[in-house]
Amino acid sequence: MARMAGRRLLTAVPLLAVVTFGVFAIAAASPFDPARAYAGSAGLGAGRDVLDQLRENLGADRPFVVRWWEWLTAALGGDLGQSTSLRQPVAQVIGERIGWSVLLCGVAFLLAVCTGTALGVLAARRRGGLLDRTVTSLAYTLEAAPPFWLGLLAMWFFAIRLDALPAGGLTDTGADAVTAGQVASHLVLPALVLAATQLPWFVLYVRQGVGDALDEDPVRGARARGLRERTVLLRHALRSGLLPVLTLIGSRVPELITGALLVETVFSWPGIASATVQAATSVDFPLLAALTVLATAAVLLGNLLSDLLYGLADPRVGFDG
Amino acid sequence: MGSNTVRLRASACVLATVLLAVLLVPLAVPLDEQAVDLAAKLHPPSWAHPFGTDEVGRDLLLRCVYGLRLSLLVGVVAALTATVLGTAAGVLAGVLGGWTDRALMRLVDLFSSVPHLLLGIFVVAMFRPGIWPVIASVVVTHWLSTARIVRAELLSLRTRPYVDAAVSGGASRLRVTVRHLLPGVLPQAALAAVLMIPHAIWHESALSFLGLGLPTHEASLGNMVNGARGSLLAGDWWPTLFPGLFIVVPTLAVAALAGAWRERLDPRRRSELTL
Repeated sequence: MARMAGRRLLTAVPLLAVVTFGVFAIAAASPFDPARAYAGSAGLGAGRDVLDQLRENLGADRPFVVRWWEWLTAALGGDLGQSTSLRQPVAQVIGERIGWSVLLCGVAFLLAVCTGTALGVLAARRRGGLLDRTVTSLAYTLEAAPPFWLGLLAMWFFAIRLDALPAGGLTDTGADAVTAGQVASHLVLPALVLAATQLPWFVLYVRQGVGDALDEDPVRGARARGLRERTVLLRHALRSGLLPVLTLIGSRVPELITGALLVETVFSWPGIASATVQAATSVDFPLLAALTVLATAAVLLGNLLSDLLYGLADPRVGFDG
Repeated sequence: MGSNTVRLRASACVLATVLLAVLLVPLAVPLDEQAVDLAAKLHPPSWAHPFGTDEVGRDLLLRCVYGLRLSLLVGVVAALTATVLGTAAGVLAGVLGGWTDRALMRLVDLFSSVPHLLLGIFVVAMFRPGIWPVIASVVVTHWLSTARIVRAELLSLRTRPYVDAAVSGGASRLRVTVRHLLPGVLPQAALAAVLMIPHAIWHESALSFLGLGLPTHEASLGNMVNGARGSLLAGDWWPTLFPGLFIVVPTLAVAALAGAWRERLDPRRRSELTL
């Protein structure tokens, strides 16, 4: 198992390098001009020779392969460059913000797993029944709804109509210190909305898994032994039905990142996903490149976790992959 | 008549209404007539304006229809391009096999390891503004699943006796591909294309909402939701609610119909409405 993890981590390194290469290639093919991005609004009135000089100073006049190689070697040494929109080192931006993103995504994911399991089991208990149809329709509707729209509607209802929760940010405006209570109350809405966007997948898979397990021999055997319905459902059907779902959890990272990009922006949550959107709006290439690579690394790590869990849960699967 | 039939009929009616509205309304009422009328700004839903008016007094129902039209246009163009690209990649990988197959599938894996919306945001940020960067960003992220589906279908078709018969009858590889394999994978590719349209619309509206998609003066559903954020904070919910419903309801209708279609293509598979 350790060997498999090691091998997969080793193959991740060239993959990440290829992704950074692709990012630089796309930027080289685009009309994006690093000198103008660096100069910002001051570059609007600048003459051609000033921009050319700046381009030379930045090294932007050289082929992109050379710039990519320099960026890569510097990145391995911990220097990810300078963010042009936030005027901070990229590594510092990530360091300051990643904790908030992990907090939001972690809470939302946990919430989605618990609620999704509960709803999925309830729905699977009597497939085709009223409860099942309600839960599955709700799941499909949630899956079709854009997360930013759900977020705005939740903000309108809870923050503006009921005035029960803060509408966004990390702390109240004017608060000078970040306290745990402030963060907790500001976390509720974004975490609920992010959990709601992740919920349909869990509900539908748990419903499928538990529903299938209810038709299998071990459950029929448990029923024949006269065990209580609750014991059959929770101790037998849920255990075998939940395993395939738990092992797939790692592969949900891309969807979680997609949801975080929209939810953090709606609620002005100071995480790295909202920084990504800001970087994209102001064409902040150094920040955008670093965050794209970071997200890819998270996806690869999630895939690895999912494969490891699969091997642990089902001994028939070897660790050769 | 089971509840399934009811749902399918309702979905078909919704889609027919949407298509008729999107095709016919612009012929009857041009959007330019929607002059800014500040006296009528942010009226709640009424008989004159069933969906209310926006922050400069324009009728929201009309703008939603135009928004869906634009989003649908972007979605259809992007989905068709991505399907052609994905099918070509899948067929090439499946027919040529060996080195080409491995290279193409590695490329698919590579693209899949970057979260879709993030890759889309990156492409749009670099090539902004305009409608083509948005379409390109959808195509880049959506051809992957079609390539996988088509390749898998092709590999299973290749082992069928009628293909063996054609090969032993002396048919060239090109002829076998065009006459025997391609017709077999087209239904799956077409189903994937139809399911891709709502997803492409979702993607486009998310980009537009983030301010990275279609130019902000265009009436697209994502732009409308983004533009309504100010009035939402003031407590006016209708400019946010209705454009979103124009995404959710057609998506559910397409998913229901595509689920039934999938069941006909492959009755062994359970009919689950996957989006």
